[in-house]
Amino acid sequence: MSFISKPRVGHPALQRNELGLRQRDYEGTISTLCAGCGHDSISAALIQTFFELNIEPYRVAKISGIGCSSKTPAYFLSQSHAFNSVHGRMPSVTMGANAANCSMIFVGISGDGDSLSIGMGQFCHAIRRNLNMAYIIENNGVYGLTKGQFSATADIGSTAKKGEVNNQKPIDAALTAINQGAGYVARGFSGDKEHLVPLLKGALRHKGMALVDIISPCVTFNDHQGSTKSYAHTREHFHQLEQTDFVAPAEEITVSNEGRDLTPVTLHDGSRILLRNVKNGYDPRDQAAAFAYLKNCQLRGEIPTGLLFIDENSIDFHERNNTIETPLIDLAHEDICPGADALADMLGGYR
Amino acid sequence: MSETTPQRVNDFVLKFANVNGTGSASANGLLMKTIFRMGVPVTAKNFFPSNIQGLPTWYEIRISKDGYSSRSGRIDLMVAMNAQTYADDLAEVTSGGYLLYDSSWPRERQLRRDDIQLLGVPLAMLVNQQYDDPRSRILFKNIAYVGVLSALLDLDLAVIDEILDELYARKPGMLEANHQAVALGRDYALAHFACPLPVRVEPMDKTKGHVIIDGNTAAAMGCLYAGASVGAWYPITPSTSLMDAFKALCERYRIDPKSGKNRFCIIQAEDELAAIGMALGASWGGARSFTPTSGPGLSLMGEFLGLAYFTELPLVLFDIQRSGPSTGLPTRTQQADIIAAAYASHGDTRHVLLFPKDPEECFYLTVEAFDLADRLQTPVMVLSDLDIGMNDWMCPEFKWDDNYRPDRGKVLRKKELEAMDSFSRYLDVDGDGICYRSYPGDHPRGAYFLRGSGHTAHAKYTEDPDEYTALVDRLRRKWETAKSHVPEPVLLSRNQAVAGVIAYGSSDGAVQEALDRLEEQGVPMDYLRIRAFPFNEQVDRFLAAHERVFVVEQNRDGQLRMLLLNESTARREQLISVLHYSGFPLGCDSVISQIQATISVKGAAA
Repeated sequence: MSFISKPRVGHPALQRNELGLRQRDYEGTISTLCAGCGHDSISAALIQTFFELNIEPYRVAKISGIGCSSKTPAYFLSQSHAFNSVHGRMPSVTMGANAANCSMIFVGISGDGDSLSIGMGQFCHAIRRNLNMAYIIENNGVYGLTKGQFSATADIGSTAKKGEVNNQKPIDAALTAINQGAGYVARGFSGDKEHLVPLLKGALRHKGMALVDIISPCVTFNDHQGSTKSYAHTREHFHQLEQTDFVAPAEEITVSNEGRDLTPVTLHDGSRILLRNVKNGYDPRDQAAAFAYLKNCQLRGEIPTGLLFIDENSIDFHERNNTIETPLIDLAHEDICPGADALADMLGGYR
Repeated sequence: MSETTPQRVNDFVLKFANVNGTGSASANGLLMKTIFRMGVPVTAKNFFPSNIQGLPTWYEIRISKDGYSSRSGRIDLMVAMNAQTYADDLAEVTSGGYLLYDSSWPRERQLRRDDIQLLGVPLAMLVNQQYDDPRSRILFKNIAYVGVLSALLDLDLAVIDEILDELYARKPGMLEANHQAVALGRDYALAHFACPLPVRVEPMDKTKGHVIIDGNTAAAMGCLYAGASVGAWYPITPSTSLMDAFKALCERYRIDPKSGKNRFCIIQAEDELAAIGMALGASWGGARSFTPTSGPGLSLMGEFLGLAYFTELPLVLFDIQRSGPSTGLPTRTQQADIIAAAYASHGDTRHVLLFPKDPEECFYLTVEAFDLADRLQTPVMVLSDLDIGMNDWMCPEFKWDDNYRPDRGKVLRKKELEAMDSFSRYLDVDGDGICYRSYPGDHPRGAYFLRGSGHTAHAKYTEDPDEYTALVDRLRRKWETAKSHVPEPVLLSRNQAVAGVIAYGSSDGAVQEALDRLEEQGVPMDYLRIRAFPFNEQVDRFLAAHERVFVVEQNRDGQLRMLLLNESTARREQLISVLHYSGFPLGCDSVISQIQATISVKGAAA
């Protein structure tokens, strides 16, 4: 970790976004994670994402569980509201907060231990509910804070720092999410910010559950030879399914991002994700094909990244539940309390 | 026999032995309501198994002109409709009482008693002649015994008809069939027995302004009126009906007339861990939220309760107490989660508890629970139980003041935050241990990082020993503040009381009746009904005024006694436990006999 904080005063020439905010305004406190931690790169990508999407920081709720990943909400968007909850329970807290005030932007930060072991139930059920949130898994295959135990995403044959070999099958967050019916499933690599930012933008703009599984090497406990979540291994085995551009609603698709094999995917707010096909014939709108492709990749030890699956017509929790658009916290007491006469009437049925 | 049976007009107990899943509940409920509408106080208790169909189930109606509601220990008339339990049911009838049975088939000879009167009615035969399909034959056998009892107990037929008319207003076929079944039984009884029996009902005027309602429905009404907008839960007996009722109420009273959309959000969680997480997320988000559960759920919610305590999030949790873990007695009542709730979670935690005595208090204390949780910024647990939650109690009609507005406590909204220079979430500005909070999304200045025990007054991360100590000390200060906010105990004094009695929750009815009987026997006692934890000064004053205090509760280990020893000025030798923990509701006979036993051994206290 670094001990030197950047000065709060920024250079006047620093670029400002539509809200007049600089990227600095989206930063957090100094990270206390290990130098070189993949998670810090993800925080940096998030800072850029929120800055470029022109989102008011105070309209964002950052919710996390427990673990190295779950500490990171402190390291970006310090002007946002944050809830560092208990291990594996980020999805439930996000569900509740979203129920109280659906007008906010919800970003859940979790890890492979937090979501795929202790929190596996909540992970799957948040997907079932199609909760409107960006669900980020910072996936390093290892328990860092407790010093190097395998997590549920560790691959068979992967070795721990002290040499132990994992012999249990991994749980793949993206495959699980697609199988459970998540409407937006992406995978990124913390070492490839350029590719990650558009995936995060899409996740924030998708209405419903948007999972981004990010391979994020643990430099201290899982970056050695024999690990399948190291920088070296990931760089060697990942391949992009497509080049991804994010286009805001007001923007036009310009010549630079036009081209052959270009698939525009439209999100609920009118923004579009442009996918330039790299892998021939991969269509992220075909759930069964996406699942089969990813399963095959997993068996071959390949790590495909990009927008793995998208359901452009996903119906989120509140829509399905017929919740009023007004955030519940903004309803006046008169709107939810039926009053004395109604009580008398109600009790009439109990005589 | 009937000539020697003493008259028990408006003072007797009716018990029904049925088979689960045969539709007996509606017949028994019809009888209870009929007596209630005749102006006679009634209470009903349902003893049911953890089963959908087939196991034995009992329903007990106490008819009491004096308004007593607890189990009296008597059974004056048993309606024995379950062959499986017939021997036990027969044995249970109080000497001089009656047993009504289905005489369609011969009974075993050894099943007889000479000190009670057996009333045989060929119910199955009667209904089989009348109805063709098997389901009707089962259902209307129950309604037919309502007809029999209407004659035996001298019930007002017009009232029965009126209730049936209301129930089946939209099902004319069913209405007709029900009327027929009542007539079938009634005509048989009038033709074969000397009606009415000495055990019977006479119209009174003691139920006006009252309702018959269960505690879970009343608590759900409390949630509705307190303005709770988010409820999260996982189904568990006996708390399930609370959320069922809340949902039904919301669907009736909380639909936006313009859009047809819900002004509420109810989430059935995947487990209790998620249910409380959702409720806390909603609370953090600024909504009034709650989660109903029972013992096993409370255990699962332990971790989050600790987080809520340390991060100071309001929450209303209903624990509808039942017996023990896992399978066994999930449909039986107890007050055995007191310690688990009071000190739930790890670390230095302690929680505010409320103890409603009946459905009426479930309504009012629920509203108070929401206000308290907001005011104190901490979880408040309403400790009801299966007896209160799922049984029908007679209560005065609940009243509502339309001037009520939720007391959200110390909350800074947009306007206030706008006018401030800075905001510190955990700074004790007023010295009462309660700090100001903000809602996410209201204003940039209100943003803070909510995390576990390691936070400074400014909501920054810390592992500093002094800052941590300061935090837990302030939470203790807040606990002291809570004492002046929680509902006061209810004191019932008697002249020249020889001792004190402390009880709480659903034990109240049995204790009140027991104390009336004991006073008649020359043993008057003062009674303090505790309604909340932390205990306040009144509890200590009561303890100081009584050399000996009986603590009545429905658990094995005397959990409130433990709490009193730990959290009040009570002395160990001062507190004598009066315990009942069979899983059935406390009866006054048990309270009387246990107190009598102690007093006769030790003599009345000075």
